[in-house]
Amino acid sequence: MNAEAIIRSIEAEYIKDDLPKIYVGDTVRVGVRIVEGGKERVQPYEGTIIAMRNGGINETITVRRVFQGIGVERVFLLHAPRVASITVIRRGKARRAKLYYLRDRVGKATRLKQRFDRAL
Amino acid sequence: MSVGILGTKLGMTQVFDETGIAIPVTVIQAGPCTVTQVKTEKTDGYSSVQIGFGDCKEKALNRPKLGHLKKSGTSPVRYLREYRTTEKDGAFEVGQSLSTDRFESGQLIDVSGISIGKGFAGNQKRNNFRRGPMSHGSKNHKQPGSIGPGTTPGRVYPGKKMAGQMGNEKVTVRKLSVVRVDSDRNLILVKGGVPGKAGSLLSITPATIVGQQ
Repeated sequence: MNAEAIIRSIEAEYIKDDLPKIYVGDTVRVGVRIVEGGKERVQPYEGTIIAMRNGGINETITVRRVFQGIGVERVFLLHAPRVASITVIRRGKARRAKLYYLRDRVGKATRLKQRFDRAL
Repeated sequence: MSVGILGTKLGMTQVFDETGIAIPVTVIQAGPCTVTQVKTEKTDGYSSVQIGFGDCKEKALNRPKLGHLKKSGTSPVRYLREYRTTEKDGAFEVGQSLSTDRFESGQLIDVSGISIGKGFAGNQKRNNFRRGPMSHGSKNHKQPGSIGPGTTPGRVYPGKKMAGQMGNEKVTVRKLSVVRVDSDRNLILVKGGVPGKAGSLLSITPATIVGQQ
Protein backbone atom coordinates (compact mmCIF):
# COMPACT_ATOMS: atom_id res chain seq x y z
CA MET A 1 0.00 0.00 0.00
CA ASN A 2 1.55 3.29 -0.98
CA ALA A 3 1.35 6.53 0.98
CA GLU A 4 -1.48 7.92 -1.12
CA ALA A 5 -3.65 4.84 -0.57
CA ILE A 6 -2.99 4.78 3.17
CA ILE A 7 -4.01 8.42 3.53
CA ARG A 8 -7.13 7.84 1.43
CA SER A 9 -8.08 4.93 3.68
CA ILE A 10 -7.72 7.10 6.79
CA GLU A 11 -9.89 9.77 5.21
CA ALA A 12 -12.45 7.21 4.06
CA GLU A 13 -13.68 6.74 7.65
CA TYR A 14 -14.82 10.35 7.72
CA ILE A 15 -16.00 10.94 4.17
CA LYS A 16 -19.78 11.11 3.89
CA ASP A 17 -21.28 9.20 1.02
CA ASP A 18 -24.81 10.50 1.43
CA LEU A 19 -24.13 14.05 0.31
CA PRO A 20 -26.39 15.32 -2.49
CA LYS A 21 -24.83 16.47 -5.74
CA ILE A 22 -24.38 20.20 -5.35
CA TYR A 23 -23.19 22.87 -7.73
CA VAL A 24 -22.15 26.50 -7.51
CA GLY A 25 -25.26 28.65 -7.78
CA ASP A 26 -27.54 26.24 -5.93
CA THR A 27 -29.61 27.40 -3.00
CA VAL A 28 -29.10 24.98 -0.13
CA ARG A 29 -30.22 24.47 3.43
CA VAL A 30 -27.39 23.35 5.68
CA GLY A 31 -28.17 21.83 9.06
CA VAL A 32 -25.45 22.88 11.49
CA ARG A 33 -24.99 20.99 14.74
CA ILE A 34 -24.69 23.37 17.66
CA VAL A 35 -23.88 22.39 21.23
CA GLU A 36 -25.46 24.72 23.75
CA GLY A 37 -25.23 24.05 27.44
CA GLY A 38 -24.55 20.37 26.94
CA LYS A 39 -27.49 20.00 24.58
CA GLU A 40 -27.16 19.45 20.88
CA ARG A 41 -29.49 20.84 18.26
CA VAL A 42 -29.46 21.38 14.53
CA GLN A 43 -29.72 24.91 13.27
CA PRO A 44 -30.61 25.46 9.63
CA TYR A 45 -28.72 27.94 7.49
CA GLU A 46 -30.00 28.75 4.04
CA GLY A 47 -28.24 30.52 1.19
CA THR A 48 -26.63 30.40 -2.22
CA ILE A 49 -23.42 28.50 -2.84
CA ILE A 50 -21.01 31.05 -4.26
CA ALA A 51 -17.84 28.94 -4.16
CA MET A 52 -16.64 25.37 -3.79
CA ARG A 53 -13.08 24.59 -2.82
CA ASN A 54 -10.75 21.61 -2.64
CA GLY A 55 -11.74 17.98 -2.85
CA GLY A 56 -11.77 14.84 -0.79
CA ILE A 57 -12.08 15.30 2.94
CA ASN A 58 -11.11 18.95 2.68
CA GLU A 59 -14.00 19.97 0.43
CA THR A 60 -15.74 23.19 1.46
CA ILE A 61 -18.63 25.29 0.22
CA THR A 62 -19.19 29.00 0.79
CA VAL A 63 -22.84 29.78 1.39
CA ARG A 64 -24.00 33.38 1.12
CA ARG A 65 -27.24 34.91 2.27
CA VAL A 66 -28.40 38.42 2.99
CA PHE A 67 -29.70 38.63 6.53
CA GLN A 68 -31.32 41.87 7.76
CA GLY A 69 -29.63 43.77 4.97
CA ILE A 70 -26.20 42.43 5.83
CA GLY A 71 -24.45 39.86 3.69
CA VAL A 72 -23.40 36.75 5.63
CA GLU A 73 -21.04 34.14 4.20
CA ARG A 74 -20.29 30.89 5.94
CA VAL A 75 -17.77 28.30 4.87
CA PHE A 76 -18.77 24.71 5.59
CA LEU A 77 -16.44 21.76 5.63
CA LEU A 78 -18.71 19.31 3.83
CA HIS A 79 -17.49 16.14 5.51
CA ALA A 80 -17.38 17.58 9.02
CA PRO A 81 -19.69 16.00 11.61
CA ARG A 82 -20.83 19.54 12.47
CA VAL A 83 -22.62 19.64 9.13
CA ALA A 84 -25.61 17.47 9.87
CA SER A 85 -27.43 17.71 6.55
CA ILE A 86 -27.44 19.47 3.23
CA THR A 87 -30.56 19.79 1.11
CA VAL A 88 -30.79 21.46 -2.26
CA ILE A 89 -33.75 23.82 -2.45
CA ARG A 90 -33.21 25.37 -5.85
CA ARG A 91 -30.82 24.86 -8.73
CA GLY A 92 -29.35 28.11 -10.00
CA LYS A 93 -27.75 28.91 -13.32
CA ALA A 94 -24.17 30.10 -12.97
CA ARG A 95 -21.69 30.68 -15.76
CA ARG A 96 -18.63 30.81 -13.56
CA ALA A 97 -17.10 28.74 -10.78
CA LYS A 98 -16.94 31.51 -8.19
CA LEU A 99 -19.87 33.88 -7.80
CA TYR A 100 -17.99 36.57 -5.91
CA TYR A 101 -19.67 39.22 -8.06
CA LEU A 102 -22.83 38.65 -6.03
CA ARG A 103 -21.13 40.46 -3.15
CA ASP A 104 -21.31 43.71 -5.06
CA ARG A 105 -25.00 43.37 -5.81
CA VAL A 106 -28.00 44.17 -3.70
CA GLY A 107 -31.68 43.34 -3.83
CA LYS A 108 -33.16 41.82 -6.94
CA ALA A 109 -29.81 41.79 -8.75
CA THR A 110 -28.57 39.02 -6.47
CA ARG A 111 -31.08 36.54 -7.90
CA LEU A 112 -29.83 33.73 -10.07
CA LYS A 113 -31.88 32.25 -12.88
CA GLN A 114 -33.31 28.88 -11.96
CA ARG A 115 -32.33 25.88 -14.00
CA PHE A 116 -34.53 22.87 -14.39
CA ASP A 117 -32.26 20.35 -16.13
CA ARG A 118 -30.72 19.19 -12.85
CA ALA A 119 -32.83 17.22 -10.43
CA LEU A 120 -33.19 18.54 -6.92
CA MET B 1 16.75 10.77 26.36
CA SER B 2 14.47 7.89 25.83
CA VAL B 3 14.46 5.40 23.04
CA GLY B 4 12.26 6.22 20.08
CA ILE B 5 11.59 4.65 16.71
CA LEU B 6 12.24 5.59 13.12
CA GLY B 7 9.63 6.14 10.45
CA THR B 8 8.81 7.78 7.17
CA LYS B 9 6.48 10.68 6.64
CA LEU B 10 3.59 9.72 4.37
CA GLY B 11 1.78 13.03 4.14
CA MET B 12 -0.85 15.14 5.77
CA THR B 13 -4.62 14.99 6.02
CA GLN B 14 -7.25 15.85 8.59
CA VAL B 15 -9.40 13.85 10.94
CA PHE B 16 -12.34 14.86 13.11
CA ASP B 17 -12.42 14.48 16.87
CA GLU B 18 -15.50 13.52 18.89
CA THR B 19 -16.62 17.14 19.19
CA GLY B 20 -16.50 17.48 15.41
CA ILE B 21 -13.44 19.67 15.20
CA ALA B 22 -11.07 19.04 12.31
CA ILE B 23 -7.53 18.20 13.43
CA PRO B 24 -4.67 18.52 10.94
CA VAL B 25 -2.58 15.38 11.16
CA THR B 26 0.64 14.05 9.70
CA VAL B 27 0.60 10.35 8.89
CA ILE B 28 3.85 8.61 9.81
CA GLN B 29 4.64 5.02 9.01
CA ALA B 30 6.99 4.01 11.80
CA GLY B 31 8.77 0.81 12.57
CA PRO B 32 9.02 -2.00 13.18
CA CYS B 33 12.62 -1.28 14.07
CA THR B 34 15.06 -3.94 15.19
CA VAL B 35 17.61 -3.44 17.92
CA THR B 36 20.91 -4.08 16.16
CA GLN B 37 23.29 -3.28 18.99
CA VAL B 38 23.15 -2.45 22.68
CA LYS B 39 26.00 -0.33 23.94
CA THR B 40 26.78 -0.33 27.62
CA GLU B 41 28.95 1.70 29.95
CA LYS B 42 31.25 -1.25 30.39
CA THR B 43 31.89 -2.08 26.75
CA ASP B 44 31.52 1.26 24.99
CA GLY B 45 31.85 3.90 27.69
CA TYR B 46 28.25 5.01 27.33
CA SER B 47 24.91 3.29 27.14
CA SER B 48 22.75 3.45 24.06
CA VAL B 49 20.58 1.40 21.77
CA GLN B 50 21.16 1.16 18.05
CA ILE B 51 18.12 0.42 15.92
CA GLY B 52 17.68 -0.31 12.24
CA PHE B 53 14.84 0.72 9.97
CA GLY B 54 13.90 0.56 6.31
CA ASP B 55 14.20 -2.65 4.34
CA CYS B 56 16.62 -2.62 1.46
CA LYS B 57 18.38 -5.06 -0.85
CA GLU B 58 21.42 -6.87 0.37
CA LYS B 59 23.51 -5.55 -2.51
CA ALA B 60 22.82 -1.98 -1.41
CA LEU B 61 24.99 -2.45 1.67
CA ASN B 62 28.69 -3.02 1.95
CA ARG B 63 30.23 -6.02 3.65
CA PRO B 64 31.17 -4.35 6.94
CA LYS B 65 27.58 -3.23 7.38
CA LEU B 66 26.19 -6.64 6.45
CA GLY B 67 28.58 -8.22 8.94
CA HIS B 68 27.39 -5.82 11.62
CA LEU B 69 23.75 -6.66 10.91
CA LYS B 70 24.52 -10.37 10.85
CA LYS B 71 25.51 -10.21 14.52
CA SER B 72 21.97 -9.24 15.46
CA GLY B 73 20.39 -11.41 12.77
CA THR B 74 18.56 -8.51 11.11
CA SER B 75 17.59 -8.37 7.46
CA PRO B 76 19.38 -5.59 5.52
CA VAL B 77 18.25 -2.15 6.67
CA ARG B 78 18.82 1.25 5.14
CA TYR B 79 19.11 3.30 8.30
CA LEU B 80 20.85 2.75 11.62
CA ARG B 81 20.31 5.24 14.42
CA GLU B 82 21.33 5.35 18.04
CA TYR B 83 19.45 6.53 21.11
CA ARG B 84 21.18 7.22 24.40
CA THR B 85 19.56 5.39 27.27
CA THR B 86 19.51 5.88 31.00
CA GLU B 87 17.68 2.65 31.58
CA LYS B 88 19.36 -0.27 33.23
CA ASP B 89 21.12 -2.98 31.27
CA GLY B 90 18.85 -5.67 30.00
CA ALA B 91 15.97 -3.35 29.16
CA PHE B 92 16.78 -3.85 25.50
CA GLU B 93 18.09 -6.94 23.79
CA VAL B 94 19.72 -7.37 20.42
CA GLY B 95 17.14 -8.52 17.91
CA GLN B 96 14.23 -7.03 19.82
CA SER B 97 11.60 -5.36 17.69
CA LEU B 98 10.34 -1.87 18.51
CA SER B 99 7.01 -0.89 17.00
CA THR B 100 4.37 1.79 17.20
CA ASP B 101 2.77 0.30 20.30
CA ARG B 102 5.48 2.07 22.27
CA PHE B 103 3.25 5.12 21.74
CA GLU B 104 -0.36 5.73 22.65
CA SER B 105 -2.86 8.36 21.60
CA GLY B 106 -2.72 11.56 23.59
CA GLN B 107 0.98 11.14 24.33
CA LEU B 108 3.39 14.00 23.66
CA ILE B 109 6.24 13.24 21.29
CA ASP B 110 9.19 14.94 19.65
CA VAL B 111 9.67 14.38 15.93
CA SER B 112 12.92 15.19 14.21
CA GLY B 113 13.89 15.00 10.60
CA ILE B 114 15.63 16.84 7.79
CA SER B 115 13.76 19.98 6.74
CA ILE B 116 12.96 20.79 3.12
CA GLY B 117 16.01 22.37 1.47
CA LYS B 118 15.54 25.88 0.15
CA GLY B 119 19.06 26.22 -1.26
CA PHE B 120 21.11 29.41 -0.94
CA ALA B 121 18.53 31.89 0.25
CA GLY B 122 18.76 35.63 0.76
CA ASN B 123 17.89 37.57 3.85
CA GLN B 124 14.28 38.22 2.93
CA LYS B 125 13.47 34.55 2.76
CA ARG B 126 15.92 33.25 5.32
CA ASN B 127 15.81 35.88 8.06
CA ASN B 128 12.54 37.69 7.34
CA PHE B 129 14.26 40.97 6.45
CA ARG B 130 12.19 43.68 4.82
CA ARG B 131 12.81 44.69 1.27
CA GLY B 132 13.99 48.08 0.03
CA PRO B 133 11.83 50.38 -2.09
CA MET B 134 11.01 48.83 -5.47
CA SER B 135 10.75 52.16 -7.37
CA HIS B 136 11.59 55.88 -7.31
CA GLY B 137 15.10 55.17 -8.55
CA SER B 138 15.89 52.72 -5.76
CA LYS B 139 18.27 49.93 -6.59
CA ASN B 140 18.15 48.48 -3.09
CA HIS B 141 15.55 45.74 -3.53
CA LYS B 142 16.80 42.68 -1.69
CA GLN B 143 20.11 43.86 -0.26
CA PRO B 144 20.93 43.15 3.39
CA GLY B 145 21.81 46.74 4.36
CA SER B 146 24.64 47.57 6.72
CA ILE B 147 26.23 44.56 8.37
CA GLY B 148 27.93 46.45 11.20
CA PRO B 149 30.24 49.29 12.30
CA GLY B 150 33.45 50.33 10.47
CA THR B 151 37.08 50.38 11.58
CA THR B 152 36.12 49.59 15.15
CA PRO B 153 35.77 46.61 15.54
CA GLY B 154 36.89 46.08 11.92
CA ARG B 155 35.04 42.82 11.60
CA VAL B 156 31.52 41.51 11.32
CA TYR B 157 30.10 40.22 14.56
CA PRO B 158 29.56 36.49 14.76
CA GLY B 159 25.98 35.42 14.31
CA LYS B 160 25.15 38.27 11.90
CA LYS B 161 22.15 37.27 9.86
CA MET B 162 23.20 36.90 6.26
CA ALA B 163 22.33 34.96 3.14
CA GLY B 164 23.22 31.28 3.03
CA GLN B 165 21.95 27.73 2.95
CA MET B 166 18.40 27.47 4.19
CA GLY B 167 16.67 24.25 5.11
CA ASN B 168 18.07 20.74 4.60
CA GLU B 169 19.11 20.65 8.23
CA LYS B 170 17.99 18.65 11.22
CA VAL B 171 14.86 20.10 12.78
CA THR B 172 13.06 18.82 15.86
CA VAL B 173 9.43 19.67 16.43
CA ARG B 174 8.70 19.24 20.10
CA LYS B 175 5.61 18.27 22.07
CA LEU B 176 3.40 17.13 19.24
CA SER B 177 0.47 15.08 20.40
CA VAL B 178 -0.35 11.65 19.06
CA VAL B 179 -3.88 11.54 17.69
CA ARG B 180 -4.07 7.86 16.90
CA VAL B 181 -1.86 4.79 16.69
CA ASP B 182 -2.62 2.06 14.19
CA SER B 183 -0.31 -0.78 15.16
CA ASP B 184 -1.69 -3.12 12.48
CA ARG B 185 -0.40 -0.89 9.74
CA ASN B 186 2.44 0.66 11.78
CA LEU B 187 0.92 4.12 11.50
CA ILE B 188 1.09 7.07 13.87
CA LEU B 189 -1.15 10.09 13.36
CA VAL B 190 0.45 13.19 14.82
CA LYS B 191 -1.27 16.51 15.26
CA GLY B 192 0.50 19.19 13.25
CA GLY B 193 3.33 19.23 10.76
CA VAL B 194 6.71 17.55 10.86
CA PRO B 195 9.94 18.43 9.03
CA GLY B 196 10.70 17.29 5.51
CA LYS B 197 8.77 16.09 2.53
CA ALA B 198 6.68 12.96 2.30
CA GLY B 199 9.00 9.96 2.23
CA SER B 200 11.64 11.50 4.46
CA LEU B 201 13.11 9.74 7.49
CA LEU B 202 11.82 10.78 10.89
CA SER B 203 12.82 9.96 14.42
CA ILE B 204 9.96 9.79 16.89
CA THR B 205 10.74 9.92 20.59
CA PRO B 206 8.67 10.55 23.71
CA ALA B 207 8.77 14.27 24.43
CA THR B 208 11.62 15.64 26.49
CA ILE B 209 10.07 18.10 28.90
CA VAL B 210 12.36 20.49 30.72
CA GLY B 211 12.44 19.77 34.43
CA GLN B 212 11.36 16.18 33.99
CA GLN B 213 13.72 13.28 33.84
